[in-house]
Amino acid sequence: MERLLTYTEAVREALEVEMARDPRIFVMGLGVDDFKAVNGTTAGLAQRFGPSRVFDVPLSEDAMTGVAIGAALAGLRPVHVHIRMDFLLLAMNQLANMAAKARYMWGGSVSVPLVVRAIIGRGWGQGAQHSQALHSLLMHIPGLRVVAPSTPHDAKGMLIASIREDNPVVFVEHRMLADLKGPVPQKPYALPFGRATVVEEGGDLTLVGVSHMLQECLRAAALLRTKGLSAEVIDPVSLSPLDAETIARSVRKTKRLVVADCAWTACGAGSEILASTAERLGGGFKARRLGLAPVACPTTRVLEDLFYPNSRTIASAAYALATGDESWRPEAGDAPEISQFKGPC
Amino acid sequence: MDIRRLYRSAYRIRRVEEEVARVYPTDKVKSPVHLSIGQEAVSVGLCEALRPTDTVFGTYRGHALYLAKGGDLKRMMAELYGKATGCSKGKGGSMHLVDTAAGMMGTSAIVGMAVPQAVGYAMACAMRKRDVLTVAVFGDGAMDEGVLGESLNFAALKKVPVLFVCENNLYAVHSRVEARHAKDLCAIPRAYGIPARSVDGSDAVAVYKACRRAAASAPSFVECRTYRWREHVGPNEDYDKGYRTRREARPWFKRDPVQLLARRLDAGVREGLEREVEAEIAEAFRFAEESPFPGPQELLTDAY
Repeated sequence: MERLLTYTEAVREALEVEMARDPRIFVMGLGVDDFKAVNGTTAGLAQRFGPSRVFDVPLSEDAMTGVAIGAALAGLRPVHVHIRMDFLLLAMNQLANMAAKARYMWGGSVSVPLVVRAIIGRGWGQGAQHSQALHSLLMHIPGLRVVAPSTPHDAKGMLIASIREDNPVVFVEHRMLADLKGPVPQKPYALPFGRATVVEEGGDLTLVGVSHMLQECLRAAALLRTKGLSAEVIDPVSLSPLDAETIARSVRKTKRLVVADCAWTACGAGSEILASTAERLGGGFKARRLGLAPVACPTTRVLEDLFYPNSRTIASAAYALATGDESWRPEAGDAPEISQFKGPC
Repeated sequence: MDIRRLYRSAYRIRRVEEEVARVYPTDKVKSPVHLSIGQEAVSVGLCEALRPTDTVFGTYRGHALYLAKGGDLKRMMAELYGKATGCSKGKGGSMHLVDTAAGMMGTSAIVGMAVPQAVGYAMACAMRKRDVLTVAVFGDGAMDEGVLGESLNFAALKKVPVLFVCENNLYAVHSRVEARHAKDLCAIPRAYGIPARSVDGSDAVAVYKACRRAAASAPSFVECRTYRWREHVGPNEDYDKGYRTRREARPWFKRDPVQLLARRLDAGVREGLEREVEAEIAEAFRFAEESPFPGPQELLTDAY
């Protein structure tokens, strides 16, 4: 029988099995050893591996990223955890100017095996500075790998791959995926970078969902089925490198592409996916990007609901793309991970 | 400590940089250079206190540290010339020198940025029980950066065996330290619980002694008071630009760090060392001139 784990349990398991395998791996970050254990993702690790391998840090994102890079240069394999991706902006100098550059700029004489875990996402009024998904800023920079798995299976496999990778990886986790359950093999396994997954096959249009938007795309696909449209749903999993070929292959078949991202559309992952598809197909397809409204994230739930794309807006946009009818507004689909989420967190 | 070794190292750095300045107008070095002329004693004295296995992190004004730590001169010159045989295969230039085999971690062009990396490197060496002293070398400009305070705090908190060496040449580009700091620089590490001392950075022997003492009680901090003789970036002097005067510089010229060491050696010994160094420099420049440029395949090599 398949073993089911939550996304949180899968992340925790990946950390634990890798730390047990390789004593060079350590976990640092604000709160990694406290009773909340970064939403449970580091629970029990400090007890098992001790305070030298799982430790709290001062609120010094810039220096702590530098410390992690220095430790990586000395041959250790740090996993640096940020409970909000917003805080990564305080570490951008070290990430963009050093982690991403060191190997190339010094002629291949060093490598920086660093994993940065960054938690993103909505949930219970996180507001303007506690919710941002900034992966596209990082995708722009050569030398950083960026992954955003959306299932427990991929979370375990991509985190293991990230830890084993000799170059810096930013591992993006959406808060709304934390309790999502799915089959996760017991044995350790690493998934490749730059490989997208076709989650559902379909012939009428292609839906690509980044991180939590994959869940919304799957619900949108169900809504579209009620209108007789079959959507192919793709999870990019790895944003940089991006598996543009798998997406292009699907769009070559469906001629219609909708990308939903939990970030703004301008210069975003969706833009990159559209552009790389257009380069491969040379036109002949229709496309739309869905993302956050072009404002800061509002806190009140009524506006927050309008701020994010959801299964209905995705289905509606996809339907319009397929039929030219812009008027279809499907009934509210259930998003239990959002409706049932309670803070404070 | 060996005065002959100190002198040889200081003279070598001075002469390499004078040669860099001399060839610079030919535009064979097609990238910025930040010369350490006048500041040699800091790197020379520090590295005399280190073992080959110790590791230093430096800055874009890094020729002196690279050479004093034992970085390969030929590969440095080839790097400045953008050649494939350079220490960074021509992809780093003067600001990104590296020689990990000599304990010279790569240098960085963002002020203060390497300081926490040195702390992390030192922490990792301690975790792995490697007997290595790690040194962060940075200028007075780095003392303005928030990351410096963060790094000092973490080093003090975790008792990380790292030595902080501040090369205070009085100017961050053209801004005087007094225009940027309310207190003397040693007050900052002391506020974090890190012992700090200030030393005459023109005197390699004084720097050596201070660093040796400080290394024994790392984390610790040494400020070396020194003076940049040339412009911030480039081969020329800039005393006519209005931000400083030749008069201000004269006392520093009188305490030329190379000459202070030269006076302690007899002429015969000195001249022998100088002849060796001159031959080595000529050979290194020849090596750089004759080395090939990287091929087009190098553009995407070392990427991932």
